[in-house]
Amino acid sequence: MEKCSSKQLEVMAYRARLLALDAVHTAASGHIGGSLSAIDAITALYFNEMNVDPADSKNPDRDRFVLSKGHCSPALYAVLALRGFFPPEDIKLFRSIKAHYSGHAEMKHVNGVDMSTGSLGQGISAAVGMALAGKVAKKDYRVYCVLGDGEIAEGQVWEAAMSAAKYGLDNFCAMVDVNGLQIDGATKDVMPSEPLDKKFEAFNFNVITVDGHDFQALLDAFAQARACKGKPSMILLKTVKGKGVSFMEGNFGWHGKAPNDEQYEQAKAEVEAKLAELEGK
Amino acid sequence: MAGKIATRGAYGEALVELAEKYPELVVFDADLANATMTKGFAAKYPERFFDMGIAECNMTGVAAGMAACGFKPFTNTFAIFASGRAWEQVRNSIAYPGLNVKVVGSHGGLSVGEDGATHQSVEDLALMRAIPGMTVVNPCDGNEMKQAVEALLNYNGPAYLRLGRAAVETVTDEIEGYKFELGKGATLKEGSDVTVIATGMMVQLALKAADVLAGEGVSVRVIDMHTIKPLDEALVLKAARETGCIVTTEEHSVIGGLGGAVAEFLSENCPTPLVRHGVNDEFGRSGTAAAVLEAYGLTTEGLCTKIREALKKK
Repeated sequence: MEKCSSKQLEVMAYRARLLALDAVHTAASGHIGGSLSAIDAITALYFNEMNVDPADSKNPDRDRFVLSKGHCSPALYAVLALRGFFPPEDIKLFRSIKAHYSGHAEMKHVNGVDMSTGSLGQGISAAVGMALAGKVAKKDYRVYCVLGDGEIAEGQVWEAAMSAAKYGLDNFCAMVDVNGLQIDGATKDVMPSEPLDKKFEAFNFNVITVDGHDFQALLDAFAQARACKGKPSMILLKTVKGKGVSFMEGNFGWHGKAPNDEQYEQAKAEVEAKLAELEGK
Repeated sequence: MAGKIATRGAYGEALVELAEKYPELVVFDADLANATMTKGFAAKYPERFFDMGIAECNMTGVAAGMAACGFKPFTNTFAIFASGRAWEQVRNSIAYPGLNVKVVGSHGGLSVGEDGATHQSVEDLALMRAIPGMTVVNPCDGNEMKQAVEALLNYNGPAYLRLGRAAVETVTDEIEGYKFELGKGATLKEGSDVTVIATGMMVQLALKAADVLAGEGVSVRVIDMHTIKPLDEALVLKAARETGCIVTTEEHSVIGGLGGAVAEFLSENCPTPLVRHGVNDEFGRSGTAAAVLEAYGLTTEGLCTKIREALKKK
């Protein structure tokens, strides 16, 4: 597949938003808010940055992605479906007993998922393990991982960060989806995490801060991370929870709630209008 | 008997001996390499050894990631931390995705001795057994341990392996035809009046108890149940039918480990008089290993008392 340009990526990300909304609406449950904040970065990874092939999804030399904030599986499943790992119509089986598109990202049954996640703080450790495996096996694949800004309250995240720095894992690029909101409210009220840049710098990461909805900035950040040698990178994605759906944006109430039929139609109309605008350009 | 060695010592030797044959073997530790006996492997294969510091949860997850890339990681720390501190990492990052990680818990049971209750794991077998699809292994001596390590290297899936701190007599090497087979208990001594199903270092005590009881005219069968899960149900059933009563013995709580597994199986399939010998729903305490085991009745005499109790239930 040819790499998508930043403009093509934006179109792809809005198509992915339609699938993610469909998934959560059909299942009548799921985590849409954080899916919509992280979906641009995940789209940029799968349609530009990462070396993956849906026809050879277990290739040992492929790049890996771990969604440490595993509850945002609607974003990951939507992007994987668009990328060709499974049929887009399967998105309607999200959280259904009829299949295994589990509520949290699941590697055993969902083609293209590199690690089962959902218990917060654990995905980053597995991603570090994959990067360490790459170093030991002398392979040149890269490992990407997206965490939530609420998730980083888990102590294991910092254990993992120390170990990534210890082994100089410059093949490891972590990201925090800094949307500022979690289930109980604003992250600054629930458990303040800032200054994230200084924290990860102190943990010996190469820290890059970008607008998580600016595709050119995302691609530049990935390139900077790739160019950095001898230590792991951390890209802080400044994002808006619920991005792309007006009534979900910046509202923590949409962390883990599904839209009803009326809300779904409105959300879909907004995203379709944006798509028409982007494709009309 | 062929001398004494702690199962942790035999384990450490096995890692070194098997390293060349199994290039995918990688070893993790959490700042306890001198105690868990991974230090030999660390010295000889530094590029395949990772000290993750005092961070068991991360160690468990990193091992999962390496297994997802085709390696065969063994993680090492004390049993209490391997199975307790990192329980949910074992469950969600290793067992649920079915990754090929061997979680190794050293210093299992009360024989940690002086360190006391915080470090004496009497629940690890129960905790690990409760996880779907988890294999649980607790070898009794150095010979069995070495064979178990290689069997686990050849088994593709999540497993828990318990090691002991104290030096124990090697007994399985003198049993004719003995061969470690994952999921298959070994009958170390035939007997017709009662069966003792033992695991870990209680196997040696069971053999001694059988000798004591022989002097009283009682014929005791001794089964070495090194694999707690999957339980060798056929062997348990045969023993229940042929000897009519069972005693389980383990350096572990009587809840949820070997005794729990045998009780669950027998009550559903062949209700049989049963006595569980182990730690009775309480924490350990400090003392020399021998003194602590004595205080909790995990002795040959303690076991003999339980065997006599079981015989009365027949």
